[in-house]
Amino acid sequence: MLKTRVIPCLDVADGRVVKGVNFVDLVDAGDPVEAAIAYDAAGADELCFLDINATHENRGTMFDVVRRTAEHCFMPLTVGGGVKGPEDVRALLLAGADKVSFNSAAVADPTVVARAADRFGSQCIVVAIDAKLVEPGKWEIFTHGGRRATGVDALDFARRVEREGAGEILLTSMDRDGTKSGFDLELTRAVVDAVGIPVIASGGVGTLDHLVAGIETGGASAVLAASIFHFGTYSIAEAKAHMAAAGLAVRPS
Amino acid sequence: MTTVIVDYESGNLHSAEKAFQRMAAETGAGAVVVTADPEVVATAERVVLPGDGAFPACRRALFARAGLFEALEEAALHRARPFLGICIGMQMLASRGMEYAETPGFDWIPGTVERIAPADAALKVPHMGWNDLVVDRPHPVLEGIATGDHAYFVHSYQMRLADPAHRLAHADYGGPVTAVVGRDTILGTQFHPEKSQATGLRLIANFLRWRP
Repeated sequence: MLKTRVIPCLDVADGRVVKGVNFVDLVDAGDPVEAAIAYDAAGADELCFLDINATHENRGTMFDVVRRTAEHCFMPLTVGGGVKGPEDVRALLLAGADKVSFNSAAVADPTVVARAADRFGSQCIVVAIDAKLVEPGKWEIFTHGGRRATGVDALDFARRVEREGAGEILLTSMDRDGTKSGFDLELTRAVVDAVGIPVIASGGVGTLDHLVAGIETGGASAVLAASIFHFGTYSIAEAKAHMAAAGLAVRPS
Repeated sequence: MTTVIVDYESGNLHSAEKAFQRMAAETGAGAVVVTADPEVVATAERVVLPGDGAFPACRRALFARAGLFEALEEAALHRARPFLGICIGMQMLASRGMEYAETPGFDWIPGTVERIAPADAALKVPHMGWNDLVVDRPHPVLEGIATGDHAYFVHSYQMRLADPAHRLAHADYGGPVTAVVGRDTILGTQFHPEKSQATGLRLIANFLRWRP
């Protein structure tokens, strides 16, 4: 059967990992390629690179990171941050990304998802949704790191991008991101029930029970976390062992 | 001794190229070349046909290159060189695809490519992620790969074979999903060996060593 995926996410700025990765003895804790190699060896199911400072001038550094990662890691790689249109998708796929994630550009114009999916296939188009609770049972999309409200309902938007051809949704609760208090399970469940494509839960993981809840209660197909892995709080193997003990199907690492 | 990865501008060839190059170095299999040149494809020792995207778009892109399909026929059918299709590159081996519109395939391995319809409606499509393989029949390219080993899948359509003897392995996703097909010197994997870590690299090495 299909396994629940555990996905470490690396925030990258100007070709460097933000805050570094400290769970193994890396020569250079800020090199995303070294971190990717370590996560590959640790049994991560996929990797996610998020270019948090993507500008036209510094895009080349991300392409270089992706290219070097693809030379060493034979595992799925998703890249997001600053992706504007099909040409950006093509450049990242050619560099070695397997999936490319749209965020603000899809909010501004959801048809960009269709243009990219028609050309490259839904399987490589992810839409990242950053949502905040605005009233009970209602979440709104925020862009620009959660600072800018858009007035767009998260569930409506999730259904829309699915129709446009997205192959997967990367769902982040802006209320929970960085809090270590767990996923917004109500949000996760609502989006999972709204669409037929896989949903990756993100934002708020502080414990291994949070990962289990994201799958069991939230219904997500995959869980994404950053700091608990980067700082060595838990290893990928510990996360998977805990999930397996809770009865979830995971790939042995 | 050249292994050719066919470039018809479908998807990401960089990781496939790197994975095949690494295993070619380990197995002494010679050069790995990414090309769309029909002459190079027709005379290759081994041919790998990758593919990402929709079946009709991939087929169109392939047939838009003059002489490329004929070169694949020359290598795989007339010269019987080992051939490996990956993902849509495998699906195009079938008689026809039903994605968007009915589209003819190569008809090298009889069957139809149809949308995955899991028996359990809660199962999401695409079938995306790691699933365990069930080996249906032994094959040199599956040597060292056992039932229970995991491979990375990402697809919404799957190949339904006319002859079950052509199915070498499958996975379960609310019903069987064809994972590896084979007929004579022609092979295909629905999953991505270049993304399937140790299991995928082993399959690639086996393919490079295979002398049918």
